[in-house]
Amino acid sequence: MNLTPEDVDHVATLARLGITAEDRSRFAEQLSDVLEHFRALHALDTTGISPTAQVFNIHSVMRDDVARPSLPREQVLANAPRQEDGFFRVQAVLET
Amino acid sequence: MTGTHHAGTSPATDYEVVIGLEVHAQVVTESKMFCGCSSRYSGAPPNTLVCPVCLGMPGSLPVMNRTAVEATIITALALNCEIPEFSKFDRKNYNYPDLMKGYQISQFDLPFSQAGWLEFDDPANPGQMRRAGITRVHLEEDTATLKHVRDSSGETYSLMDVNRAGVPLMEIVGDPDLRTADEAGSYLRAVRQILRYLGVSTANMDEGAFRCDANVSLRPWGQAEYGAKVEVKNMNSFRSVVRAIEFEMVRQRDILDAGGRIVQETRGWVDDRAITVTQRSKEAAHDYRYFPEPDLPPIITPAAEVERLRSLLPELPDAKRHRFANAYGMTSDVADTLTQTRALAEYFEQTVNLSDNARAAANWITRDVLRILGTTGAEIDQILLTPAHLADLIKLLDTGTISVRTAPEVLEEAVNTGSMPREIVQQRGLGQVSDTDALTTAVADAIASNPKAVADYRAGKATAMGFLVGAVMKATRGKGNPGLVNELLKQQLDG
Ligand SMILES: [Zn+2]
Repeated sequence: MNLTPEDVDHVATLARLGITAEDRSRFAEQLSDVLEHFRALHALDTTGISPTAQVFNIHSVMRDDVARPSLPREQVLANAPRQEDGFFRVQAVLET
Repeated sequence: MTGTHHAGTSPATDYEVVIGLEVHAQVVTESKMFCGCSSRYSGAPPNTLVCPVCLGMPGSLPVMNRTAVEATIITALALNCEIPEFSKFDRKNYNYPDLMKGYQISQFDLPFSQAGWLEFDDPANPGQMRRAGITRVHLEEDTATLKHVRDSSGETYSLMDVNRAGVPLMEIVGDPDLRTADEAGSYLRAVRQILRYLGVSTANMDEGAFRCDANVSLRPWGQAEYGAKVEVKNMNSFRSVVRAIEFEMVRQRDILDAGGRIVQETRGWVDDRAITVTQRSKEAAHDYRYFPEPDLPPIITPAAEVERLRSLLPELPDAKRHRFANAYGMTSDVADTLTQTRALAEYFEQTVNLSDNARAAANWITRDVLRILGTTGAEIDQILLTPAHLADLIKLLDTGTISVRTAPEVLEEAVNTGSMPREIVQQRGLGQVSDTDALTTAVADAIASNPKAVADYRAGKATAMGFLVGAVMKATRGKGNPGLVNELLKQQLDG
């Protein structure tokens, strides 16, 4: 499977990564190799095996609806580069 | 639902309008969807209902809230959906500062429910119902809230509060079965009423507990394929949903009439300008890269569990409305009014049980109790006048203990003080005078002091009797039993 430079641009945009023209072709190659590697899975015969998203044989794990104390706000905000009046302060972002 | 032409008001006369609504409703729970933080964030100081899970800290693990899952399935059942045995959560990936983890836990291809329907009042045909399909009801988590700020130097930035992040959020996706803006409004009211009947959501739009996006497209009459779809967001009231759809219908029709093409995009409703504006075109559409949530095992809902949840369903608005109309012989309008909310319907039925007079109960509630709620802004379960009070008042009337004239005064007093009508009547001496001796004197006085009315009566003037009854009632301060007064007057005048 060969990714085009446009595919790489799209993925970079989704990941909010700025990449150079040089990166573009290199990543296209590398990512194509990664995908190629996983193509090996296609060789397996999966007839009669239903698709699964989980390898553990557990399901419906739930908890009772009980509220418990949250973290102190100092801890919540401890890693924030900027804060203001108890809020996280972030760059203005207009939805694109 | 077929694309029947609605006569008259549609501004898009050459085109059929196709509308589908997506409703987001916060689920009423104690704790958040995937962690134990309180979900009662309203009024809480910012970032005080936050833990590593809802903060999206590496290594933290979500665990599903059973109540939220059950509420979603119950809602789906009320909306006549199928409940698949197997479902799962997925990650919906996008970058926005209101999302702590860089993805939202939602449901993509295997939601809790699918293929339901909802009946709502047909705005074009009063008394008739319309049916719209429900694509699915699924569960996801709410996002953080952002406050956009511009400081004195002109710099703009956002302040983020994570309290709301992780609050359980139900999404009810409707099929594109609605054909007018009014139908959309009616459909929304039906959805809100059901959510409130079930008690799964407050469904208050002004608090953000109930949100609606509308997908609007136009197509020439008779065309099977849908036209390019525009998603309209940012409506903050039922009225703005209807207005935004109306605006969008006209905007799209004008483009098509001018030979243009509709661009598939997301548009935002700007309420104070009453227009929609482009937010995002199809080219810039999100690529959510859904994939199964690896941190949450799938959910299996066996048929027996579905039946257990179905058995928890209360009587729904439509069924209640029909039962009221049939069992109590009331008009559909009155039945409609009394079943507005589950609490009001219960208030009515309790009053009926205690008073054994459904007609009187319906009259008092639709007229006086609703007026009191309107003027005080109180909820039905907050007022001092309980069904026991109202039933007591009705019994006092039915037994002739008080007259219809004094009843409003007794009601007023009961509403203000919470005293039982029976006690109010006793304390204030408001009991109807049915004592013949006491009334005989008053009647004789009225005859003696109104010779002209007496002469008129004898001359056959029908109004004269009413005048004399009025005179007696005035003398007894409205407490005379009107039937008895009439009888005594006739006896004395004719005798
Ligand atoms: Zn939390």
